[in-house]
Amino acid sequence: MPARVLETAAAWLLGMLWALPLAYAVWTAFHPAQFSTHFVLRAPLTLENFAKAWDAAPFARYFVNTTLLVTMILAAQLVLCTLAAYAFARFSFRGREIAFLLVLVQLMIMPDVLIVENYRTMSRLGILDTLSAIGLPYMASAFGIFLLRQTFKTVPKELDEAARVEGAGMLEILWKVYVPLAKPVYVAYALVSISYHWNNFLWPLIVTNSVSSRPLTVGLQVFSSGDQGVDWSIITAATLMTSAPLLVGFLLFQRQFVQSFMRAGIR
Amino acid sequence: MTRARVLSPHVQGWLLLLPAAILLVTFTHYPTAATLHHSFFSTAKPGRPSAWVGIDNYRAMAEDPVFWQVLQNNLWFALGTIPASIALAILMAVWVNSKIPGRGLVRLSFFTPTVLPMIAVANIWLFFYTPGYGLLEQITGLFGLPSHNWLGSRSTALPCLIVVTLWKEAGFFMIFYLAALQSISPHLHEAAALMGAGRWYFFRRVTFPLLMPTTLFVLINAVINSFRLVDHIVVMTKGGPDNATSLLLYYIYDVGFKFWDAGYGAALTLVLLAILAAFAAGQFLFLDRRVHYQ
Repeated sequence: MPARVLETAAAWLLGMLWALPLAYAVWTAFHPAQFSTHFVLRAPLTLENFAKAWDAAPFARYFVNTTLLVTMILAAQLVLCTLAAYAFARFSFRGREIAFLLVLVQLMIMPDVLIVENYRTMSRLGILDTLSAIGLPYMASAFGIFLLRQTFKTVPKELDEAARVEGAGMLEILWKVYVPLAKPVYVAYALVSISYHWNNFLWPLIVTNSVSSRPLTVGLQVFSSGDQGVDWSIITAATLMTSAPLLVGFLLFQRQFVQSFMRAGIR
Repeated sequence: MTRARVLSPHVQGWLLLLPAAILLVTFTHYPTAATLHHSFFSTAKPGRPSAWVGIDNYRAMAEDPVFWQVLQNNLWFALGTIPASIALAILMAVWVNSKIPGRGLVRLSFFTPTVLPMIAVANIWLFFYTPGYGLLEQITGLFGLPSHNWLGSRSTALPCLIVVTLWKEAGFFMIFYLAALQSISPHLHEAAALMGAGRWYFFRRVTFPLLMPTTLFVLINAVINSFRLVDHIVVMTKGGPDNATSLLLYYIYDVGFKFWDAGYGAALTLVLLAILAAFAAGQFLFLDRRVHYQ
């Protein structure tokens, strides 16, 4: 069928076009500078660009900062969202509906756009240029609360009551009944949160001002826009280096990533 | 009897909610209200504290040509990215969903930009667009076209950023369409084939309408993204040349953290919040429906 062949060819063409920028970056990063726009099959492979980038800026520190930041945000999100979602799913307290609506406001007005006022708050709290200042606005995540509330609501009430009869307390029930049943949702949420905060840029750029608190994305920007002398091969190597953990994770756990992003779509 | 049992569900509920509520109020609700409040005040300067100025910030905004330019840019940016990314996403999903050889690889290629940081994407594309040296120039050079500064000229800078955004976003939206396509019953296909419907006819009359909820959802996400994401502008153009690529949030960043004009920054932020609130209505309706159908 010629139509079929044509379609396959078109799909492949678009696929190749889509892979091109990244392939180009990989080529530039793994070859000496003189081959960065010069495509010959026998160009020698090298890791020197990565070594140079690593030495030219405190990337080790940036990696530590980003790892700490992402871990801190995720840990806080998991605890806060679990508690809040449990409250919304299983307790009928006064003002629940309006409180839930107020939580959902954050789906639309994300911390990303409240930069001017949140900067003022951080400055008043005296925590500018710290990892906490980057993380705090994101810790109570409306998306996390919403996602977990939906999940907790599907837990059969009978399980809950059975645990209660056996004398389990409120938090014990949450921990032993609800949390284990929501495990896939936690995994999905964690993957999305990690990718989001590993990649986040504007707010960290605004609140950080020193090597000790800068995450990778901001460090990369400072590095690549700073010195005039830095050449493209090194910048590209640095770029790939900063994206590598996520990229490798994605290539290894493709299915899990795609499914998580899909679940996370209900933002 | 444990103490928790004595507490009423009202107290229990609020206690569970409290930690998240404190943070939400501090970093979402308070700053939203404070934005409104501060937009009526002048910015404090050395020797001159902040003072009530009424609607002066808004009057200045109405007379600020950069503001109107930025709003217009944002509109063009939204128009350039949203329909095209939706069309591309549908096309990608349909292809990846059909049984073409090597579709795993093709899907991988489409989705990979999604996991890259926008700032990394911008760095890669910056090199791509470099005048005289980048890959784009090399390709146009092969065809004997004259050299062109893609990011440096007013007419092409914004389209260049739109292309970058399309590259980053289309694969993300693709997965929602893919999920939707996989939930369409194969019987519909068989029935249509029996009645001799062509593929294009089937897509137009059956598939596309069935994808409508997904399209609505993707649309809302794309709109929000077009007002929320400015990382690539910081890296690639810094709003230039001559404000041709500055978007609303980027302008807020400029005003707030380069000119340190917090009062005007607050007024601009309020406009952004108003735009987002307008779409909020849409999303709440949509979310409500989703919840209903589950």
